[in-house]
Amino acid sequence: MSPDRAISVTDLNVRRGGKLVLPGISLEIERGKVTGLLGPSGTGKTTLIRAIVGVQIVESGEVTVLGEPAGSAGLRSRVAYVTQAPSVYRDLTVRENLRYFARILDVPAERITEVIETVHLGEQADQEIDNLSGGQGARVSLATALLGRPEMLVLDEPTVGLDPVLRADLWRTFTGLAAEGATLLISSHVMDEAVHCDRLLLMREGDILAASAPQALLDRTGAADMEQAFLKLIEEGRGAQRGGE
Amino acid sequence: MTPRVVGATAQRVMEQLRRDPRTLAMIIVVPCVLLLLLKGVLEGQPGSFERVGGPLVGIFPLILMFLVTSITMLRERTTGTLERLMTMPLAKLDLLLGYGIAFAAVAAVQATIVAGVAFGLLGVEAAGSTIAVVLLAIANAVLGMALGLLASAFAQTEFQAVQFMPAFILPQLLLCGLFAPRDQMASVLEALSYALPMTYAYDALERITTDGSLGGRGWLDVAVTVGATLLALVLAAATLRRRTA
Repeated sequence: MSPDRAISVTDLNVRRGGKLVLPGISLEIERGKVTGLLGPSGTGKTTLIRAIVGVQIVESGEVTVLGEPAGSAGLRSRVAYVTQAPSVYRDLTVRENLRYFARILDVPAERITEVIETVHLGEQADQEIDNLSGGQGARVSLATALLGRPEMLVLDEPTVGLDPVLRADLWRTFTGLAAEGATLLISSHVMDEAVHCDRLLLMREGDILAASAPQALLDRTGAADMEQAFLKLIEEGRGAQRGGE
Repeated sequence: MTPRVVGATAQRVMEQLRRDPRTLAMIIVVPCVLLLLLKGVLEGQPGSFERVGGPLVGIFPLILMFLVTSITMLRERTTGTLERLMTMPLAKLDLLLGYGIAFAAVAAVQATIVAGVAFGLLGVEAAGSTIAVVLLAIANAVLGMALGLLASAFAQTEFQAVQFMPAFILPQLLLCGLFAPRDQMASVLEALSYALPMTYAYDALERITTDGSLGGRGWLDVAVTVGATLLALVLAAATLRRRTA
């Protein structure tokens, strides 16, 4: 694996509930870039992400992250993962949640206040998650991942249901982190989010339809926007299949 | 194992318990009320309450901690916080020990208050030291917690977790010698009672409250109780999987 590759996936097969969710896919993700993993719901994005962070039982294939096999003990402080549903203690306050995770990561207490500011939860810092909205809970979950300044952030649909101003802000934060050298893999089912990414992986029914820069994808398909480009790629795929029969 | 992470986990579990004063109150009040009830029920049988009252002080923590822990741990599994922790630099043992310390502390408070009520107000008498009863109660609470951690792995919902109480704990309570001396039971049941950890917990307590000291056999009981706790913890650690389907 070349040093500019943060993630390398080779022939990954994952079966969930008897169904082959990822049928032997391969891909690479560059270091220090924001890569968007786009595709409709139920397409295998979360399964791929889980395999990358090493919590998914895989049938076969190889997943290498920052030069180590996915899920290695050494990666646990270098890679941070945010699940789609906020995984925080709902009966604790924002600050109590962050204090716990900060102590696991051994980061100084000042960092807690910093990440609370990053996700705009200063006013809610001493409220229990149960008393916050779903979007605010998701931001606590995201703040937790930012605590340890990880080399890689893997975020599963982090901007769903957020206010547009905040969403724009978070994207600025993500691009800022990448500028400082972090690698970000961000999944979304909203095609418009593609404009914020350096690279895109378009996924459908367990397959990677395309992997390229957003503009290159628009140029190649001649589409006006990402939604259109996605449709064209599906069409092309069908055409190729028919041609092969 | 990292002491910092163990401490952080213990503190977090305590904070969660503190947020739930109703549960805390029930942990303390319910055993006291049950003892009072039992005193009334056994009024017509002189000596009966005196015989079972002392050992019960040490058995209540086992039952309650089993319930509280199995549900707390199940929540950790279902809300995704366990999966998050498994991607972080935290050893399984850190998590289990953190739980152990927090619940042992709660059990110490519970056992002290319940012992105070039983020996001070309800006229329960112990031939041996009441401090030994409290110490055994704490050991039993940790055993209950370890069994609860293990049981939580087999429950998918809180409904199931609650049902494990009558399924796992009630038979042990029936066979431990509290309701009838074990040598007067059907021989199959007597043999079975040797395989159940609560039998040893009860036997040690009975020796302190009736004979006044543990004796060789009583120390063996304590050793078996501690051994069963460690075994349950090891098995529980094995059910904590970093990778899941």
